[in-house]
Formats: sequence, structure tokens, C-alpha cells
Amino acid sequence: MSTRPSEPAGVSPRTATGSVDVRGLTPSGSPGMAHRAGSDVPFFVVMGGLGGSFVLLIVAMLAADLAFTSPKHFVAALRKPEIQYAIQLTLITCTISALLSICVATPLGYLLSRFSFRGRWLIDTLIDIPVVLPPLVIGLSLLILFHLPLGDTNLEPPDDTNLEKLIQQLLGALIRFWNNWIPFAQCRWRPRITYAEPAVVLAQFSVACAFAVQTMRVTFDQIDARAEQVAMTLGCRRSQAFLQIALPQAWRGIIAALTIAWARSLGEFGPILVFAGATRMRTEVLSTTVFLELSVGQLEAAVAVSLLMVLAAMAVLGVVRLVGTKVIR
Amino acid sequence: MIELRDITIRSGPFSLTNVGLSIPEGTYAVLMGGTGQGKTTILEAICGLRTVTSGRVLLNGSDITRWKPGDRGVGYVPQDLALFPMMTVRGHLEFALRVRHCSKILMRDRVAELAHVLGIESLLTRRVTNLSGGEAQRVALGRALSFRPRVLLLDEPLNALDEATRDRLCELLRSVQKQSGLTTLHITHSRVEARALAEKLFVLESGQLCEQPLASLNTPLAGSTES
Repeated sequence: MSTRPSEPAGVSPRTATGSVDVRGLTPSGSPGMAHRAGSDVPFFVVMGGLGGSFVLLIVAMLAADLAFTSPKHFVAALRKPEIQYAIQLTLITCTISALLSICVATPLGYLLSRFSFRGRWLIDTLIDIPVVLPPLVIGLSLLILFHLPLGDTNLEPPDDTNLEKLIQQLLGALIRFWNNWIPFAQCRWRPRITYAEPAVVLAQFSVACAFAVQTMRVTFDQIDARAEQVAMTLGCRRSQAFLQIALPQAWRGIIAALTIAWARSLGEFGPILVFAGATRMRTEVLSTTVFLELSVGQLEAAVAVSLLMVLAAMAVLGVVRLVGTKVIR
Repeated sequence: MIELRDITIRSGPFSLTNVGLSIPEGTYAVLMGGTGQGKTTILEAICGLRTVTSGRVLLNGSDITRWKPGDRGVGYVPQDLALFPMMTVRGHLEFALRVRHCSKILMRDRVAELAHVLGIESLLTRRVTNLSGGEAQRVALGRALSFRPRVLLLDEPLNALDEATRDRLCELLRSVQKQSGLTTLHITHSRVEARALAEKLFVLESGQLCEQPLASLNTPLAGSTES
């Protein structure tokens, strides 16, 4: 790992032809200033030691998990209907929230990357709030948002209309319309947000989308806007330049943002616990399962589910590495 | 015909004030000037990519100052070419025609014609990411010419090319312009290029844009190179 000077100290450097002695002409040739750069070993030891300690910590944690559990525990956990439901709900909600995140993050990332406008700094700051806020606070804020009475609360009897009820009424009307017009595919869903499956998606989306926006913004920052400008001189509208020139170039970033949003959704726990609750066979996702199993003293099952999540996360990160994107922060 | 009437462009600390220019129909004009003087800014103002604070931009007599870039009918070859990395060479030549909803037959004929004139027939199915400098220039030129623009704007199109390629492309530009009769504005630092192509010469120096006789190309101009 170390490097050595090409010539021993004290030996004068030679010119390419070797015919002229330049001793005294260059500082390194001066007899009084002979110098050896020394070993690089301490550099690699310190840097590798500090950096490696983190890698070691992760490996040690995974090894401990593996040592604690056994294939028997793993299979037993997977056979539990509650955990099977949680796996199913996790896969569905993570996928929906990741897709929703991309639908929102792509236009927002593009606008923030391409246009400077008054108040952009404020939007930048607002978008980063879910990233820095404690997850529980996001869940609490969502809960309050959906249950804050709308309108004048001083009225008697109190007007208890809130966002939750408004959305329920709207979705109810849509479902009635659907059932009236399409009788062969009746929808029997009774719309409910808080403490139901939609709350899981919304809680995951609130955090995952912030990460997706960051990724998409960096993606568009790295794509030269000049090509879109040239496309506009060729007769395109802005929308055509975006769809036909910018978007096809952003596919790596889109996959990266999608996987990051999916992985963030998988790891989300705090907002789900507060906003969706932890009801078995209803709003239980894998992160909630770990918590629920722990709370009833089923440590083996909790570890088995944790390892399942590690495998899922590694698979997702593997996709990102495979895509080889450089836009991940 | 390209006409700029007293245009003022401001962009941050940079500004160009009361610049005027007139290039008659079918003329090959060359614009020279030092780096950072605002030559590209002038081209962008004609394309519609740069907002003009005051003054008017006229193409063939119509005031296009507030028109969108896509409505102006300007063929533009930027300095960095800005080819579309996800498209083939054919995709580039077809792009403006597809935007205009041209028929497949018309597109096929136009692409064949352009590819023949530019000598890029063998490249049509290739992606643009692996093209040589000269080939990429031809594709960018073909893309700008594909929709039969009203004027052609070239921003240092022959930069960073070896001498033989540059001579060949110079010849190509001259023949294309002669055949199409397009009013052309070409930015360059090279007096050799200007001597080979210019029918009119403009120089932008210290915010002043003025026409100079072609004979002045025999004496060194500010910001010009002999190569």
C-alpha cells in the first residue's frame, strides 16, 4: 500500500538524456533538501480503521440477528397468518407509495431543477421537512390534519366536519356512481383513511416522496437543459420537450427514486403507528410486526421478520447498484 | 432576413444594450468577437431562448420578439450541439417533422435527402453517443435543417474539429447554404472560417455590434484566431 521514492535520497535527478547533471537547479536536487515522502501505511490504517468500524457494526448486527434466529424460527414466523398478511400489505403499500412518490417527485424535481422563481427556497425547505422531522411528528401531524374540525366550531351543535369525513363523502359518492354504472363489478369498499390501509400508504408517502424529490431533482440537474431548449426551437412545446427529451434521459434517476421511495416506505414505522395504528390483520406492516412481536415477548419472530426486511432492503439496493445510477445521495 | 432593432438583453450582471443588426435574405453572415461579449446571447435572442428586455427581433419582416421558440422557424445549432442522447441519428432528423405531424412518406424522403446531402446515410441507425466530432456536427446541422427553417443560426459549429474535417464541413456549409438560400448567421473566432464563408461580417466588441468590410479579415480582429 505504501509508495517509495523512485530514487534514494541524496541521488541527483537526471534529465531524460542523462547527459546533464541538474544538481542544484531544482530544490529536490539540493543536497541540503533531500526528502523522502515516507510511508502511506498510517494513512490507510487510520482511514480504513475509522471507516471500517461502521461496516463492522452493520456486519456484527446482522451476524447477531442470524446467530439469534434459526431456519426453524424463520419458517415458523412466515407461517403465521398475521405475518403473511403483514408481508402482503407491506408489498402492496410500499409499491403504491413508491409509485405515488414518483408521480409527484418527477414533476416537482423537474420544476425545481429547471426554473428559478420567487419563493423557491421556501419550497426547497418545505420539501426537506419530512426528511429532518422525527417520524412520530409526521404521523401526529397527519392525524391532526385529518381530524381538525373544518368550519366554525362555535356553532351549536358543534360542526365536526373534518378532512377525513370530506374524503369519505367524496369517495362514497364516487363508489355509488361506479356501482350504479358498472353493476357487474360492484365496489364494496367502505372508504376510511385514518386507522385503515390508506393511512399506511399516506404515512409512507409523506416521507418517501421527500427522498424521491431529492433524487429526481439531482437527476434533472445532471441532465443538460440545452437539449430541451433545442427541442423547443425545433417546434416543441415545453411539455413535449419534457416528455420526449428530458424524461427518457431520466430513466436511471426514476428507477433510483422508485427504489429509494420503496425502501423508505418499507422502513417507515413511526408515522404508521400513530396515523394507521398497529391493528393485526388490518394495518400491520412488517415494521409494525417487529414492534408487535417484541411487545408480546416473541423475540425470535421479531428477529425473523427483521431479517426478512434486511433481505428485502438488500434486494432493493441491489437493483439500484445494478442500474448503476450516480444520482443517489 | 434577420433584423435586430435596438435590442437590449439583461441577464444578471451581463447586459447588451441597443444592439442592431440586419442580414439580407439569403446572405451568409459571420459574427465575430471576443469571448464573453454576448455573441451566443444574440443568437439565443433570435431563437427565443433569451428574453429581450426592449427592442424588436424581425424574421423576414415579421416581428417575432414575443413568439415562442417553436413558432419562430429558426434552425439552431448550439455550440455544444446538444444532441438528444436517447435518439438515433434518424430520430434527430425526424424529430421536428414528427412534432409537425408530417406523413411517414414525407419524413422518409426528407431524412433520405438530408442524409445524402450531409453524407450521414450510413449513420442513420446509430445512437449519437458514439459519433465523432464531425459526424455529430453533421447530425446537429441536419436536425436544424430538417424542417426547412426560415433562417439558420450556427454557434461556433466547427470548433474542436481537426483541420481536414473543418475544411470539409466548411465546404458542406457553403454548399448547403447555396442550395437552400437560407439566411445564415454563423458565430466563429476563426478568421479562416470567416474568410471561407462570410458574405457579410459583423463584430461584437465592448457591447457594440457593427458591420465591418470583409477586407478587415486580413488584419487581426479582437477575439479572433487565425486557425
